[in-house]
Amino acid sequence: MTDTAARPEAEPEQLDRVVIRFAGDSGDGMQLTGDRFTTASALFGNDLSTMPDFPAEIRAPAGTLAGVSSFQVHISDHSINTPGDAPSVLVAMNPAALRADLGRLEKSGLLIVNTDTFEERDLTKAGYSANPLTDGSLAGYRVLEVPMTNLTKEATASLGVKPRDAERSKNFFALGLISWMYSRPTEVTVAWIAERFAKVPLVRDANRAAFIAGYNYGETTELIDHRYQVAPAPLTPGEYTNITGNTALAWGVVAAGQLAHLPVFLGSYPITPASDILHELSKHKHFGIRTFQAEDEIAAAGSALGAAFAGHLGVTTTSGPGVALKSETISLAVSLELPLLVIDIQRGGPSTGLPTKTEAADLLLAVQGRHSEAPLPVVAAYAPGQCFYAAIEAARIAIKYRTPVILLSDGYLANGAEPWAIPDVDKLPDISVAFADRPNHVEPDGTETFWPYLRDPETLARPWAIPGTPGLQHRVGGLEKEDGTGNISYTPENHETMVRLRAAKVAGIANDIPEAEVVGDQDATVLVLGWGSTWGAITDAAERVRRQGHKVAHVHLMHLNPFPRNLGDVLRRYPRVLVPELNLGQLCSLVRAAFLVDAKAVTKVQGLPFTAAEIEAAILEEIAR
Amino acid sequence: MSDITVPVTTKKDWTSDQEVRWCPGCGDYGILLAVQQLMPDLGVRPENVVFISGIGCSSRFPYYMNTYGVHSIHGRAPAIATGVAVARPDLDVWVITGDGDGLSIGGNHLIHAMRRNVNLTVLLFNNQIYGLTKGQYSPTSELGKVTKSTPYGSLDHPFNPLSVALGAEASFVARTHDLDRKHMIEVFRAAHDHRGAAFVEILQNCNVFNDGAFDDITGKEKRSEMLIPLVHGQPIRFGDDGHRGVVMGRDGQLRFVEVADVGEDAILVHDAHREDPSLAFALSRMSATMHEPTAIGVFRAVDRVEYAGAVQRQLVDASERRGPGDLAGLLRSGGTWNVG
Repeated sequence: MTDTAARPEAEPEQLDRVVIRFAGDSGDGMQLTGDRFTTASALFGNDLSTMPDFPAEIRAPAGTLAGVSSFQVHISDHSINTPGDAPSVLVAMNPAALRADLGRLEKSGLLIVNTDTFEERDLTKAGYSANPLTDGSLAGYRVLEVPMTNLTKEATASLGVKPRDAERSKNFFALGLISWMYSRPTEVTVAWIAERFAKVPLVRDANRAAFIAGYNYGETTELIDHRYQVAPAPLTPGEYTNITGNTALAWGVVAAGQLAHLPVFLGSYPITPASDILHELSKHKHFGIRTFQAEDEIAAAGSALGAAFAGHLGVTTTSGPGVALKSETISLAVSLELPLLVIDIQRGGPSTGLPTKTEAADLLLAVQGRHSEAPLPVVAAYAPGQCFYAAIEAARIAIKYRTPVILLSDGYLANGAEPWAIPDVDKLPDISVAFADRPNHVEPDGTETFWPYLRDPETLARPWAIPGTPGLQHRVGGLEKEDGTGNISYTPENHETMVRLRAAKVAGIANDIPEAEVVGDQDATVLVLGWGSTWGAITDAAERVRRQGHKVAHVHLMHLNPFPRNLGDVLRRYPRVLVPELNLGQLCSLVRAAFLVDAKAVTKVQGLPFTAAEIEAAILEEIAR
Repeated sequence: MSDITVPVTTKKDWTSDQEVRWCPGCGDYGILLAVQQLMPDLGVRPENVVFISGIGCSSRFPYYMNTYGVHSIHGRAPAIATGVAVARPDLDVWVITGDGDGLSIGGNHLIHAMRRNVNLTVLLFNNQIYGLTKGQYSPTSELGKVTKSTPYGSLDHPFNPLSVALGAEASFVARTHDLDRKHMIEVFRAAHDHRGAAFVEILQNCNVFNDGAFDDITGKEKRSEMLIPLVHGQPIRFGDDGHRGVVMGRDGQLRFVEVADVGEDAILVHDAHREDPSLAFALSRMSATMHEPTAIGVFRAVDRVEYAGAVQRQLVDASERRGPGDLAGLLRSGGTWNVG
């Protein structure tokens, strides 16, 4: 027996992956804590996927279940695509967080509890009649009780921080402790604290002291007998950055403007979870990007359409309720045949619904949700980093075909983060088009005129003649136009011609997008057809199914309208088609209608993404059927 | 030698080949003629001018101008025009709207375009009725008005368009009427030359659904006694030989007086450049109905930062400070690491 204060450094135990969930009150800084842990892990070289989960209220009553804010991060030494099924570690900063999130923790998982918040009053607010720390209800878990608030106060006392203010640094104590447990490098976080809080030295010093104290607590306390290590993942060589879907999408819009050689005009109205795109694009005025916070969703779309008429890449960002308001402008854009990029970051609905939670139930709204025959292309992003390419693709189609395009993302992609291989910008596609600059028609008397609706025979796109171009003055409007001249026309046959031309133009885009590609076992019985953010969960689920000796095929759609031209043939090749969706079966109904295939929907509408386990179970059940 | 070429155009250059389809006798014809006559004098080229309208009889206007134009959605013209003006500050952007289009379904867009002071020339054709939908009351129809949708009389208190514009702090606010082409041209010219949001209410007769709504003030024989011409820097007088005038009482209320009774010095002198809009607001509300003496002309014309130009300056400043956008740099701005 020795009696040394510091323990000999033991080799950390190697794990191939770990899922950690930080949970606390909205005011406890859990999003920041998770984000910092994520960044340190990304720089360390792990593959990772994150899922923030927070309430709609900015400050729900402290200590209540409604106010619990969580951040789940999955880190691994191999490729992963979801934030993990069940956390193996839950950090609960108060009883409400424990109560809200304990059910997610895996059996015999590690529970780290801030014991300073388990007073009778706190327990009552969280709805506990007895203290779970003492009543035996946590027997199935490994519980680590840490008085984080008091330890933080002690660690910061010498700095002259008032105890009340010191409490605010306790999330950094938790971050320090977890950083020690999972062998994260500390330099990144220390440097970040120094920069982020440079203007408030006392807060900076308190956060730093709390972080170090948490780290040292792990190292010195005998309560913790184990340290873990998750080795870097063998990612494809390259330069990486950690990115959320909304940032990737905003950067995709910047890139689209550059690749199209067009100035970008964003008309937007604040709405969760899309506002971050407005915030991000507002920073980049030196790219020639104009951002306009309009008086409402309608004006946001209207101004973007006006800018498109004037020769800009017009963009509007929103979520479902905003798309509903923009609907008449989108229909006008269909009729005017002007490019307009409409970005819908879907959330739980209908109405205000679950504004901070994810859902993917705007597919039918995007494909069909307009008055009359108003077809438009729909593109869906499927992973946080891929939002960058989805934005460029949606802009490409809009510009080339002079049409509004709806780009779908969702709250899960928007706020979720992953390592992203930074592309070589010189290899991104040129998506520019030429503006009309001369008359395109000769009248019988020999005079040259400009017909705004004389189409390109291949794309069926009409010329884009922008104000300032001499001789091409023309008027466009919502009234039906005569084919070719664009003059107002109420002729019955002309209306049918125009309705069919607009539909043919959009349908023809199928020839200009990649064919559907089957990933996995071509000869499987079951094909999983996905779209949007289910990609990660389906990919991981399919891999698990294969590891169990079964075959499964996967097609993931990025183009929802028109569908890839081979999709019907592909679907008919498989006896069974499963369509997992965060709605009640919207893509399923579209493919059933389009291709007469007996596709079966796998649905979930809880404001949460699918776990890989849920999809794995659905696939196995279908295989066994 | 100057290398600036003054564009020479005639009315014909501004007239499109489209057949004008308003009802015979509609006040809109006079307004169209006034605008087409004015355009050659403004020193601009047709390709640099954009007319944006909403929906309604007046909103057919862009089709008849040989400029760029959008006949858009009911009420949304100010929003769409804001996009055009902010994207392209080099263009001359006009908004054509009506009392229903601009003050009912599009009221929100109109007030926000004005408070932002976007460089738009807004012509609001006020005929106090819904014409295109065949005769329902509008937000400027008088209380008690009997229409198809108000057989027992309208219960809605009407908007005074100029009061709305002044309340939204429009930097240029004027009123004219469809029977006086010279006055219209004068007002439209001033509105066009103003940098910022210029709002013009045009009293316009709908001879089918609301005929004679303004006859009591704009009728040839009545004009002199019923229209009060506002001229910047001049005493506000009207009536034959200017025998009547406007004074401000000690209670702050504007009143009509006989100039002979109070003396010329007591008459209020119009100051369109006054920063404080409250006097202009009072002038806009001297009459509660279109059957009492009503002021016309430019109520307010003040300098205020124009929106599209300010947006442009932020872009230029950002470019000067940070250099042109570098996409490769942006993609690395969140911190990076290398694998392999």
